[in-house]
Amino acid sequence: MPEPVIEVRDLRKVFAKTVAVDGISFSVQKGEILGFLGPNGAGKTTTIAMLLGLLTPTSGTISIFGKSMPKDRQHILQRVNFSSPYTNMPYGLPVMTNLKIFSRLYTIPNAAQKISALAETFGVAHLLKRRTMTLSSGETARVNLLKAFLNDPEILFLDEPTASLDPEAADTVRSLLLKLQKERGLTIFYTSHNMQEVERLSHRIIFLHRGKVIAEGTPESVRKQHGGSLEEFFIALARSETTPPAAHSGHEEAP
Amino acid sequence: MNLTRISGIIFRHLAVYRSNLARLNEILLWPFFELLLWGFFGQYVGRLSALGFVVAMLLGALLLWTVFSRVQQSISISFLMELWSRNMMNVFITPISIAEYLTGLMVVGLIKVAFVTLLMSTVAWLFYSVNLLAIGLPLVPLAAALILFAWAIGTFIVGIVLRFGQGAESIAWMFAFFLQPFGAVFFPLSIYPSWLQSILWWIPLPHIFEALRAVFAGQSLPLQHVAWAYGLNAVYLLAAFMFFGMMFEKAREKGFLLKLQE
Repeated sequence: MPEPVIEVRDLRKVFAKTVAVDGISFSVQKGEILGFLGPNGAGKTTTIAMLLGLLTPTSGTISIFGKSMPKDRQHILQRVNFSSPYTNMPYGLPVMTNLKIFSRLYTIPNAAQKISALAETFGVAHLLKRRTMTLSSGETARVNLLKAFLNDPEILFLDEPTASLDPEAADTVRSLLLKLQKERGLTIFYTSHNMQEVERLSHRIIFLHRGKVIAEGTPESVRKQHGGSLEEFFIALARSETTPPAAHSGHEEAP
Repeated sequence: MNLTRISGIIFRHLAVYRSNLARLNEILLWPFFELLLWGFFGQYVGRLSALGFVVAMLLGALLLWTVFSRVQQSISISFLMELWSRNMMNVFITPISIAEYLTGLMVVGLIKVAFVTLLMSTVAWLFYSVNLLAIGLPLVPLAAALILFAWAIGTFIVGIVLRFGQGAESIAWMFAFFLQPFGAVFFPLSIYPSWLQSILWWIPLPHIFEALRAVFAGQSLPLQHVAWAYGLNAVYLLAAFMFFGMMFEKAREKGFLLKLQE
């Protein structure tokens, strides 16, 4: 039985009168790729922000590597990382400078060597001297991923890692993630609106709707339970105003 | 406190000067032209009043005022730069602590002000034959007291920006100017009406600039003013750090750290 690296119990977040996350519980095993899915406003980003200590839960507990977030924030954040197309590194600075800055924030020894090695892996060695603002979306995504691997994270949080990428760039990013996950036994917790990507990457998925977990299991089991493709399920969720369509929980073990 | 992480923040905010020369205006052209303006004005007043030390006194006051305003703005603007570049989340998902982050910003302010002091002293000497560093050792505790107050105000403003977002940006730029008329920077405290004087004594600035004027007038450093300045600074710094801590917790509770990114 693999050990859980993330354990969330009865997590709840309320903003004024809006319940963004409504008492969710789940765990993520070491080496697992978990797709955390749901339409806009389902509570995905709020949950990730609480897992990263950027947001204080209204109630409930978060345990990562057996440590409590946000109490043991520094210990946890040294061992995880995050990438999102919705955050930037300082765009006026050269890529290499930005990566050196983050190496210091993660106290990485021999940062220049580490950056060079990762730049080869991500195919961005030729971009290191370029200013960050001059990169294309695909290049930015790969550089952001490189940043996210600087501290050899044991858990990688990804918020829509392929959003705004063309199909070829998105495929490159997906392949890289799968390769690195296999090589390093990395745990990946990611959100996506691309259901084909979800089926390709995820060992297990969790569907959120209005802050609640409404389906959980392998992509195949969730698909079977709802009698259609994941995309159809997703669209039905997004269109449902009050109640989620046929809420079930697969609760299957990750492969 | 981890020095490597603090150096990361320092490196990040000094790197912008290498990548964008226009940003040097902040520590090069702005203080240079301010010094020119007040230098000429001081010469004019000196001729009218036949007081030889007027230029030196005005430029000395300007130098110390620049120390204060540059350090305060350095902290506030460095923080705003993270918002402008949508880098805030990236920074706060690293293991850096709030204390390390603020320390980094404070040291950036110190480095900038060391550069500005060198520049202004050189220009004052070249253009007006005034050696601003001639007052010697008394300059050190006075400048240090101003830096402490600037750290307090800068930290307070960062707390405001955390709470109210980029809408509060103008405060970062203007706060020093709001304080200037009440700091007895270029004229003695006795100019103010007596009811206002009794309020202004509770700000470190009048104590520091009164002490500076006393030194320029050939007196020894008035230790009572220095002690008041440091005592008040301790209170303001403590209050500023507590305020920032409260605002940061509020930001984490209300989700402002995410909204600031948008």
